[in-house]
Amino acid sequence: MREIGIVAAKEFRDGLRNRWVLATTLAFAVLAIALAWFGAAAAGQVGFTRISTTIVSLASLAVFLIPLIALMMAYDSIVGEDEKGTLLLLMTYPISRVGLLVGKFLGHAAMLALSTALGFGIAALVIGLVAEEAAFADLVGPFSLFIGSAILLGWAFLALAYLISTITREKARAAGLALLAWFVLVLIYDLALLGLLVGTEGRVDQGLFQVLLLINPTDVFRLVNLTGFEEAAAASGMLSVVAEQEFSVGRLMGILAAWTVVPLAAAAGLFAARKS
Amino acid sequence: MNSVVRLQQVSRHFGKVRAVIDLDLELAPGEVLGLLGHNGAGKSTTMKMILGVLAASSGQVEVLGENPRGRAAGQLRLKLGYLPENVSFYDNLSGQEVLRYFSRLKRIPVATADHLLERVGLGHAAKRRVRTYSKGMRQRLGLAQALLGEPKLLLLDEPTVGLDPIATRDVYDMIDELRATGTSVILSSHVLAGVERHLDRVAILANGRLQANGTIDELRRQADLPLRIRARTGGVNGTINERLAALGLEARPVRDDLIELEAPAGRKLDIMRALLADEDVTDVSVDSPSLESLYTHFNRLADVAEDQHA
Repeated sequence: MREIGIVAAKEFRDGLRNRWVLATTLAFAVLAIALAWFGAAAAGQVGFTRISTTIVSLASLAVFLIPLIALMMAYDSIVGEDEKGTLLLLMTYPISRVGLLVGKFLGHAAMLALSTALGFGIAALVIGLVAEEAAFADLVGPFSLFIGSAILLGWAFLALAYLISTITREKARAAGLALLAWFVLVLIYDLALLGLLVGTEGRVDQGLFQVLLLINPTDVFRLVNLTGFEEAAAASGMLSVVAEQEFSVGRLMGILAAWTVVPLAAAAGLFAARKS
Repeated sequence: MNSVVRLQQVSRHFGKVRAVIDLDLELAPGEVLGLLGHNGAGKSTTMKMILGVLAASSGQVEVLGENPRGRAAGQLRLKLGYLPENVSFYDNLSGQEVLRYFSRLKRIPVATADHLLERVGLGHAAKRRVRTYSKGMRQRLGLAQALLGEPKLLLLDEPTVGLDPIATRDVYDMIDELRATGTSVILSSHVLAGVERHLDRVAILANGRLQANGTIDELRRQADLPLRIRARTGGVNGTINERLAALGLEARPVRDDLIELEAPAGRKLDIMRALLADEDVTDVSVDSPSLESLYTHFNRLADVAEDQHA
């Protein structure tokens, strides 16, 4: 257990050192504030309008950005140590493969959680202070849910990055796979679902369609943040198919958490079973 | 527990490739063993099996009386030090941070790490990032890492590759110091020049098999390679050749005033007496077969054996 803490602390300090945390925090804060101001531009308005508009545009942005950041942060976590030769060395230390993997993951997870909470938290604070229409009391709930689900989304893609990092033996390959995973899960998947709907003229089994939506973490994240608001119908398109049946936030967050645990467990299992 | 390392009939296959075949090897406390062989001869694989990173396909591996992949492996690892062949550490951290990280993992006070950094001569560069280190400095850092926790057994995989002569000498000096404190060392190398003096025993691996195992003198006896004797003579005259002919030997002239001959090691003293009895001889030098020629000899034998297998 102590070893896990040592590895996590090192990973976290590395993140502070190479300014990952600073850069992502700033990026989140600036983008969130900008979106709060210009999110309603399409409706012909500038300036903070409504909390729901802000959250909907933030979620649309976060769903692209956070998976990318998480994948880029951790795709080389294991394969990188392998290439450096430090993995072989660490294996001669009193730490197990699983311990190393979990320690590194915890370090990365803490980094990502910190910058997500700080970045969007700062944004919420600025919006609350500057915009007269926004009261803190109204901001706290939606923003907490948004930040919480964003952190879970980030962890899900971190876990995916760890899985990629353990099944590859070259860094370049891992980077390619990470980009592919982003491309498929974030961009292609929804297009394919839409194609399915159009192609079958909507005669897809409702249950099947729900399952298809719920097995993609990005769609689950969208559901968490979009379905609570009226704007969701306009902004989420086909999500409204599912949104008609109310999903409890708890259940959706549970699915996101499972998306963290399952790939990570798979990575740990595969890593532990490695022969060399 | 008499031996620090005991390998019995150990083999390791990677698919169809047989990296190590039926290896028997023992290492006594405080002994320095040179593990020699070409690239791919099985040196690194052997080390990894001793470290417990790789499992043996068959045979028994025992380190300090324990199975390195068994239940006591965690405790055992605290007593082992290892310097891998190619390790580049964490470029963004300073030497001090790298060593402190490894010391925490090995449950050693960080002050010890700082002290070790001084000891390997990196005290002045402790705060600099590893990115800026030279090859020699990185190797020193690696060595400091291997020395964490005063290991009972130290495994050094090609510790002197790419080092300049002074850094190489420092590495060997360190090994001598450790031997004096009773640490057992296994050192793999294919840089043979100069390593001879620092080894108690040599094991030569070729194609995964142990070709030779013993002290350098034992290997010399076993190989029975000729001595090379050179004598400088003041003037050209036939008396030396006559004396040598009486012993059944023939010398060939290298230059006007220098002759050379090869002779079995057992006749060294006879020849010396004959040469010294001649007043014209001004200088004599005797070269025992070097580690390099022993290495070449045993590898050649291995190739012959391999051809017969095929």
